[in-house]
Amino acid sequence: MGPISATFSRLYGPTGWIVLGAAGAGLFIVIPVFALAVPPGSAFHVSQYWVTLIGKIMCYAIVALAMDLIWGYAGILSLGHGLFFALGGYAMGMHLMRQIGREGQYQADLPDFMVFLDWKELPWHWSGSDQFWWAMLLVVAVPGLLAYVFGYFAFRSRVKGVYFSIITQALTFAAMLLFFRNETGFGGNNGFTDFKRILGFPIATPETRVALAAITGAMLIGTLLLGRYLVTSRFGRVLAAIRDAEQRVMFCGYNPVHYKLAVWTASAVLCGIAGALYVPQVGIINPSEMSPANSIEIAIWVAVGGRGTLAGAAVGAGLVNGAKSFFTQAFPEYWLFFLGLLFILVTLFLPNGVVGLADRLRGARRA
Amino acid sequence: MRARVFLVAACALLAGVPPPAAALDRAAVEKLATGDSEEKLEAINALVAEGDPRAIAVLEALGDGGLQAAGKRVLIVKGDGATDALTGAPVAPLPADREDVVANNRIRGAVAAALAVLKLVSQDRDTRLAAARALAGGADETVLPLVRKALDKETDPVIKPMLELTAATIELKGGDRERRLAAVRTLRQSASPSVKTLLLSVLDRGKDGSFAEPDEELRREAQASLREVEGRLAWGQRLGLAFAGISLSSILLLAALGLAITYGLMGVINMAHGELIMIGAYATYVVQNLFRAHAPGAFDWYLVCAVPVAFLVAAAVGMALERLVIRWLYGRPLETLLATWGIGLMLIQGVRTVFGAQNVGVENPAFMSGGIEVMPDVVLPWNRIVIILFTAGVLVAMGLLLAKTRLGLFVRGVTQNRAMAACVGVPTARVDTWAFGLGAGIAGLAGCALSQIGNVGPDLGQAYIVDSFMVVVLGGVGQLAGTVYAALGLGVVNKLIESWQGAVIAKILVLVFIVVFIQKRPQGMFALKGRAVEA
Repeated sequence: MGPISATFSRLYGPTGWIVLGAAGAGLFIVIPVFALAVPPGSAFHVSQYWVTLIGKIMCYAIVALAMDLIWGYAGILSLGHGLFFALGGYAMGMHLMRQIGREGQYQADLPDFMVFLDWKELPWHWSGSDQFWWAMLLVVAVPGLLAYVFGYFAFRSRVKGVYFSIITQALTFAAMLLFFRNETGFGGNNGFTDFKRILGFPIATPETRVALAAITGAMLIGTLLLGRYLVTSRFGRVLAAIRDAEQRVMFCGYNPVHYKLAVWTASAVLCGIAGALYVPQVGIINPSEMSPANSIEIAIWVAVGGRGTLAGAAVGAGLVNGAKSFFTQAFPEYWLFFLGLLFILVTLFLPNGVVGLADRLRGARRA
Repeated sequence: MRARVFLVAACALLAGVPPPAAALDRAAVEKLATGDSEEKLEAINALVAEGDPRAIAVLEALGDGGLQAAGKRVLIVKGDGATDALTGAPVAPLPADREDVVANNRIRGAVAAALAVLKLVSQDRDTRLAAARALAGGADETVLPLVRKALDKETDPVIKPMLELTAATIELKGGDRERRLAAVRTLRQSASPSVKTLLLSVLDRGKDGSFAEPDEELRREAQASLREVEGRLAWGQRLGLAFAGISLSSILLLAALGLAITYGLMGVINMAHGELIMIGAYATYVVQNLFRAHAPGAFDWYLVCAVPVAFLVAAAVGMALERLVIRWLYGRPLETLLATWGIGLMLIQGVRTVFGAQNVGVENPAFMSGGIEVMPDVVLPWNRIVIILFTAGVLVAMGLLLAKTRLGLFVRGVTQNRAMAACVGVPTARVDTWAFGLGAGIAGLAGCALSQIGNVGPDLGQAYIVDSFMVVVLGGVGQLAGTVYAALGLGVVNKLIESWQGAVIAKILVLVFIVVFIQKRPQGMFALKGRAVEA
C-alpha cells in the first residue's frame, strides 16, 4: 500500500468510507436533483425551506466538529465558540452588505444602517470588504488571530478547566455588548440583513441555495476528514494525553501549550468558516449569535452526539437542531423544557452520547 | 404693584410683629372672601403683615378652593365639616347659601408667596425647612426683606444657610455694590448647580467680547466664588459616584455570595445560580401580592416577610437540585456546568409558563422610597442604602455561620479534605446538600433585594450569572474575603469607567480586565497556598 492509501485506511475503515460516499452522493446529487429538477408539486420535491435547513444544520455540524476537537480530544471546554462563529459570519456579512450596492432602501453607496446613522464614509475596518478574497481572508484570519492571542496567554499561564470555560464566556459576552453598539460599525442590534447577491448570483434563488448547501456539505466532509486526520496522527495522541494527564505529558518533555494552541486556533478558524457559510444561507447575522447561551448550546450538541467521536459530534448537532426546528414550530413553549432536560439527561445518563449508547447496545447484543 | 404691596407688608413685619390678636383681622378676611382681585391682594398682604400663623389655614384654603363665603361669614370647608376662618371654631350646621371664593392665577401666585413667607416664621422646624426649600427654588426681590427678617430670628443650622443663600441670590441680581459683593461672597458656601449658573451669568461676555458686568472687583470675587462652588459640586459628584460604586458592589456581592459557597467552597459550577436569584425575586413578588390582597394595611412590611420566604424557597429548590442532579456529578465540573445550565433553562421556562413572559411589578415599601439629600444634586436613594446594609448583614451572618457553627465547621472540613472529613464521621453527603441549600438561599436573598431596584422577569438571572462568576473567579475560589474585595473593586471600578465612557464600554473594559487578570493570576487575587503542581 502506498502512503496515500495508508492515510485513507487510517482515517476510516471500508464501512466508514462507504457511509461518507453515500452522504456525499446524497448532498451533491440527490438533493440538487430533487430540489431543482423535480417540479414543486411532486412528492419527491425538496423545498427551499428544507435545503436551507439542511445547509444551516451542516454549518452547525462543522461548529460541533470544531468544538469536539478541543473539548473531546483536548479536554478544553470553550463557552465562547459562538464568538468565532459570529466573527466569521460578520466578515462574510460585511462583504454581502457591500454586494447590495445601491439596491438598499436608501439607494446609497453605503450600507443602509450607515446612512441611517448619518455616516458619510466607510469606517476603516470596512476597507477592502468589497473584495471577495479579502472577505475570505478575514473569515479565516480574524477568528484565528483572536483565538491565537487569547489562547497564547491563557495556555501559557496554564488557565484551564472551569476557569478557561468561564473566561471564554466572558469574552463572548463582552464581544456581544460591543457589537450591540451602533458606533462599532456592525449594524448594532439588527446586524446585517437584506442581502441581495453573492459573487454576482442572486442570493435567494433555489440554484444558489442548493449550491451553498452543497459547498457547506463539502466543507463538512472536509472538516470531518481533517479532524479525523488530526486525531489519528501523533499530534492527536499527544492531545488526548494532555487531556488525560497533562502533568505527565509535561514531564515527558512535551510542551502542552503548543499543542493546545494549535488545536484551539484550528477550531476557531473552522468555526469562522462555518459562520461564513451560515450567513448567506440564513440571510442575517446579529450580535445575539454571540450570546453566552448560544455558545453553551454548542457544547450540548457535542455532548448529545458523543464527545471524543467526530462523527458523533456532527450527528449530535443534527439531532439537537432538528429537534429545535421541530419544537419551535410545533410547541414553541416547550422547547426550553426539552433543551434543559436534554442537558440534564445527557450529562447524567449518556456520558458518551448517542454514539456511546449505540456502542453499548451493540456490545450488549454481542455479549 | 405686587412688589410694592409686599414691601408695605414687609415693613409692617419689620416694624415688629403685633401681639397675637384673639382672632385674625376681620376686615382683611372679609375682603379676602368678598372683595375683587385688588382688594384680595391687599388682604393677603395685610394677613402676612400680621404674621399670625392662623392665616396659613385661611390662605391654604383659598389656594386650593376650600374657602367659602356665607354672607359676611367666611368658612374653611374641608370634606363635610367647616370652621370659621376668623376664630377657627367649628361651624355646624353649614349655612345653606354658601359661595366658593374664586382665586385667579395672580392671586394663587400671591398666596403661594405669602404662604412661604408666613411659614418661614412658623414655630415648627419642618414647616420652616419646607418653606426655605420652596424659596430656594426661585424667589424675587419682593420677599427679600421678609427673608432677612426671618434670618434674624433663625438659629437652625440647616435652615439659616439656606436662607442666607436665598437672600444672597436675590441681592446679587439687584441692589447696591457693597451688598452685591457681600452676596457673591456669601454664595461661596453654596453647592447648588443653580448658584453656579448664577455666578457664570455674572462672568458672561457680550457678543463683542466685553463683560456684561462692568465691575471688575465683583467679577474677580465671582470668579473666586465660582471656583469654590464648582469644587464643591465636583466633590458632590465624586461622592455620588462613590455611592453608586458601593451600591453596585453590594449588589454584585449579594449575587456572588451564594456562588462563593457553591462554587468556591464546594467546587460546584452552578450555572442555574442566576435562576435561583430570579426565583427569590418571584417569591418576593408573590409575597407582595398576598399582602396586597389580604393585608393591605401592613403592605409596607411585606418585605420583612419576603426575605425569609425568598431564602427558604430558593434554598428548597437548591436542595432539591442537589439531591436530584448535582449529587451525581461531583468531580466532573464541566458536566455539572452543562447540567445546571439545563436546569436554569427549565426554571426560566417554568416561571415563564406560570407568571408569563412579561416583567412583573414589585413595589418598594414606603420606607424605601425617597432618599437622603446630601447636597442639592446628590441624593442617596433609600432602597440602595437598605440593600447595602442588607448585604453587610448577610455577609456577617454568613461569616458567623461558617466560622462559629457546626455546619460551618463541617462545610470547611469537607472543602479542605473530603475523604478525611468522611473518615472522622462528617456526613459529607448531607453537608453537601445543606451547603448547597445555603448558597441557593443566599441567591434567593439577592433576588429579594434585586426586586427592589430593577425589573423582575424570567430573564433576570441571566443578567447576573456572568457578573457573579467574574466576582468569584476574581476573588479567588474558596475565599469569602476575596469575594468581598473583588465585588467592591469591580463595582467601584465599573462605575468610575462608566462616568467617563458610558455603561456598555465600562462593562466591556471590566470583562476584558478580568480576562487579562486571570491570565496573570489564574487563581484569583487571594489564592489558597498549596504545594501541589496543580495549584
